[in-house]
Amino acid sequence: MKNRSLTKGLAALAAATTVSISSAAQLLNVSYDPTRELYAAYNSAFAKHWLATTGEKVTILQSHGGSGKQARAVIDGLGADIVTLALAGDIDAIAEKSQLLPKEWQARLPNNSTPYTSTIVFVVRKGNPKGIKDWHDLTKPGMAVITPNPKTSGGARWNYLAAWGYVLKQELGDLTKLHDAAKAEEVAQAQTKARAFLTALFHNVPVLDSGARGSTTTFVQRGLGDVLLAWENEAFLVIKEFGADKFELVAPSVSILAEPPVALVDKVADKHGTRKLAEAYLQYLYSPEAQEIAARNFYRPRLDAVAKKFEAAFPKLTLFTIDEVFGGWAKTQATHFADKGIFDQIYTPTAK
Amino acid sequence: MWHIGRTNSPLPGFRLTLGYSVLYLSLIVLLPLAALLAKASAASWSEFWRIALDPRAVASYRLTLGAALAGALINAVFGFVVAWTLVRYSFPGRRLLDAIVDLPFAMPTAISGIALTAIYARTGWIGQWLEPLGIPVAFTPLGITIALTFIGLPFVVRTLQPPLQELEVELEQAAASLGASRWQTFCRVLLPTLLPPLLTGFALAFARALGEYGSVVFISGNMPMKTEITSLLIIVKLEQYDYTGAAVIATVMLGASFAILLGINGLQWWFNQRHRAGA
Amino acid sequence: MKRTPTDMPPVAATHVRENDPRWVRATLIAITVLFLGIFLALPLASIFTEALRKGIGVYLASFRQPDAYAAIRLTLLVSAIAVPLNVVFGLAAAWAIARFRFCGRNVLLTLIDLPFAVSPVISGLIYVLLFGLHGWLGPWLNEHDLQVIFAVPGIVLATLFVTFPFVARELIPLMEEQGSEEELAARVLGASGWQIFWRITLPNVRWGLLYGVILCNARAMGEFGAVSVVSGHIRGLTNTVPLHVEILYNEYNFVAAFAVASLLALLALVTLGLKTAVEWKVRRDRAESAASREGSTP
Repeated sequence: MKNRSLTKGLAALAAATTVSISSAAQLLNVSYDPTRELYAAYNSAFAKHWLATTGEKVTILQSHGGSGKQARAVIDGLGADIVTLALAGDIDAIAEKSQLLPKEWQARLPNNSTPYTSTIVFVVRKGNPKGIKDWHDLTKPGMAVITPNPKTSGGARWNYLAAWGYVLKQELGDLTKLHDAAKAEEVAQAQTKARAFLTALFHNVPVLDSGARGSTTTFVQRGLGDVLLAWENEAFLVIKEFGADKFELVAPSVSILAEPPVALVDKVADKHGTRKLAEAYLQYLYSPEAQEIAARNFYRPRLDAVAKKFEAAFPKLTLFTIDEVFGGWAKTQATHFADKGIFDQIYTPTAK
Repeated sequence: MWHIGRTNSPLPGFRLTLGYSVLYLSLIVLLPLAALLAKASAASWSEFWRIALDPRAVASYRLTLGAALAGALINAVFGFVVAWTLVRYSFPGRRLLDAIVDLPFAMPTAISGIALTAIYARTGWIGQWLEPLGIPVAFTPLGITIALTFIGLPFVVRTLQPPLQELEVELEQAAASLGASRWQTFCRVLLPTLLPPLLTGFALAFARALGEYGSVVFISGNMPMKTEITSLLIIVKLEQYDYTGAAVIATVMLGASFAILLGINGLQWWFNQRHRAGA
Repeated sequence: MKRTPTDMPPVAATHVRENDPRWVRATLIAITVLFLGIFLALPLASIFTEALRKGIGVYLASFRQPDAYAAIRLTLLVSAIAVPLNVVFGLAAAWAIARFRFCGRNVLLTLIDLPFAVSPVISGLIYVLLFGLHGWLGPWLNEHDLQVIFAVPGIVLATLFVTFPFVARELIPLMEEQGSEEELAARVLGASGWQIFWRITLPNVRWGLLYGVILCNARAMGEFGAVSVVSGHIRGLTNTVPLHVEILYNEYNFVAAFAVASLLALLALVTLGLKTAVEWKVRRDRAESAASREGSTP
């Protein structure tokens, strides 16, 4: 009896094993947290488009979670044909640690492989009771700022970098000075100021949730904090879901151009025989239809025509890129977010 | 290696059942744990201790141990009262209360976590009264303690109920007839008998609380050095692709759990020996 | 002296003693009600309040989504595999441990308990280290197109690990307490091992076994931490019910999240109801057998 039920169990295991890797017209898109609504809409649009152009039916499976966690799952063997994550650094990690896709993946699609962009804005309670207008308001004593943990959340890293870039912009005026060897001393002073600013800012953070959605829940449902640092698309979604009578969006003067990239995971797609489909899926993200879907889900479209059409929907602010201020993700990750990096240094002393 | 020195029981099936148990245990528990230890041993000896004794890791041990200990102590005190009341008094609703004591066993931990956070956050049923008094619960070590109290609650109650049930009335009556006050009877006669099961329940609640994750992450606030429990630190290390670091911290936790369980089993064995000798 | 196995609460005390002073009784009852009320009843109530916030229609609609349906089906499948495997193990381990003395017995007992105190995060992590693409067996599995983690087998394995001790832990003290006199007698009369097991041991432990199965099942269906690490969170494919709750919660769909959660809370309540019924049955059986024993040996 023992042996029989053991075999039965093993048979069930074997059956389950084979089920999960079958059928060609199936794609797995492994994405980060705030894109749920976007890809729910995009997937049905793409399935329709694919059926119309090729006559093939396609099922797109979605997996959502913190960007770093999702990248790790792909590295450990989650069979993603496509990854659409919060930052290039996470896809770099997949390329580097598992060689599932080439290191130059970001050059394969237009616009740094980011079909849509976003930025970091503030969400405050209705009427803006604390009068928060720009980044420098966040370091005032007694202000409670809600942001996820930069070590675990992609969105939180953008938050952190946006604040850092703001200080550099304030101090230097012109960000090209960062690359001017003659201005090295001035730049060094500005960097020190930025570091002090971030230290003060994180002193005002009472909770570090592990992901962007967790932070939003803390701010909205638990009523904690005066201001939430969020993806622009999340901020719009919060206001749509929870009511414009409760929350307001505040756009700071300067913020970062957040580029959430997309990529084909070559080795997985080849193994599944889905390369063509997966490539078409990514290409179609740049089509006018898809760009409109992105815009309606509060992502800034890349296509000029669509961008113009939705121009009024997005707040106007000065945006800088990670490349011009921080010199790309690899460098940023190493200096700021690695173990014993700047974030660890500014955060640890506040303990005790 | 596994030294099998069976006793002279004439019952059959020893080799089969022990063999199967050990095989299954090895496949499901020991082999995966070996993978963990192997990963941790990828770090050199000094590297291992550097990661294990990192201030942030130490702070998380202190928090996890402290909150688990506090939760287990609360459970020891109140669990004793609850067990006593449920066994000795009859009152309306007793059966119902007795049945729901097991709720933390049966309820998925993540759901307990969400429910507890909803109650103790400043907008919650209890949080809204405590917050104005200057006692924030959610996102503080106090919140972690409450979650750990919740999940450890059944252990003390359930290990105390059977011995409480068995206590001989005669013993108490004899003590009373010899002129002992109720308090003296309680301290001199009842407590010594109930202490071993109370300790066992306490240790079980403590061990369970050490490893708890699901119900804690929602209510803890997750601030490094302040409200970050060890299980969360492992996750944080993983998210940074630091497998070795995660495995090292996990090994430390595993060692602690193993030691505590070994202690509990030793305690029970000792108690049973004494019990048998006394009977 | 006869001892009820741990975890088996003797609810209906045969003789309730109420000789404590009134005020002591009142205070202790008040503390008990308050403590259990705050720590247990309130969380339970909050789940149902949140779930029914927008009325019964919205509540029921939460279950009609295909993803919710798939999650429920997966959870049932996982526990249908994990629970029987752990029952077989529990019976084998209880037989070996309760009926024989051997070297290393205490270590074996502790190892069986281990998954119970191990953090669920670690329980998930060990399978990633073993079966992940860069783990011990990962490359081999990958070559043979076998997917263990981020698929159903991984979820089953993590669940097996987490629920490992439940049945064994329930049976071992019960069988130790019962002693082996009946089995030895049967052996002397020439019964085979299987006969002893089916005719004597199994009937004797059936209620304890059922109790262990109920707890094991509740844990199997409700496990979150370990499963979350190995699941991959693919909607409609590798999401169990607790993971689906988390997803809904993260989609700001709080009513649906609590509605699906209430399903698990209901499961917990049914579990507790079954458990109480089992206990009641055990006590009645005991009382009967005690009465018949007294009757036969005057």
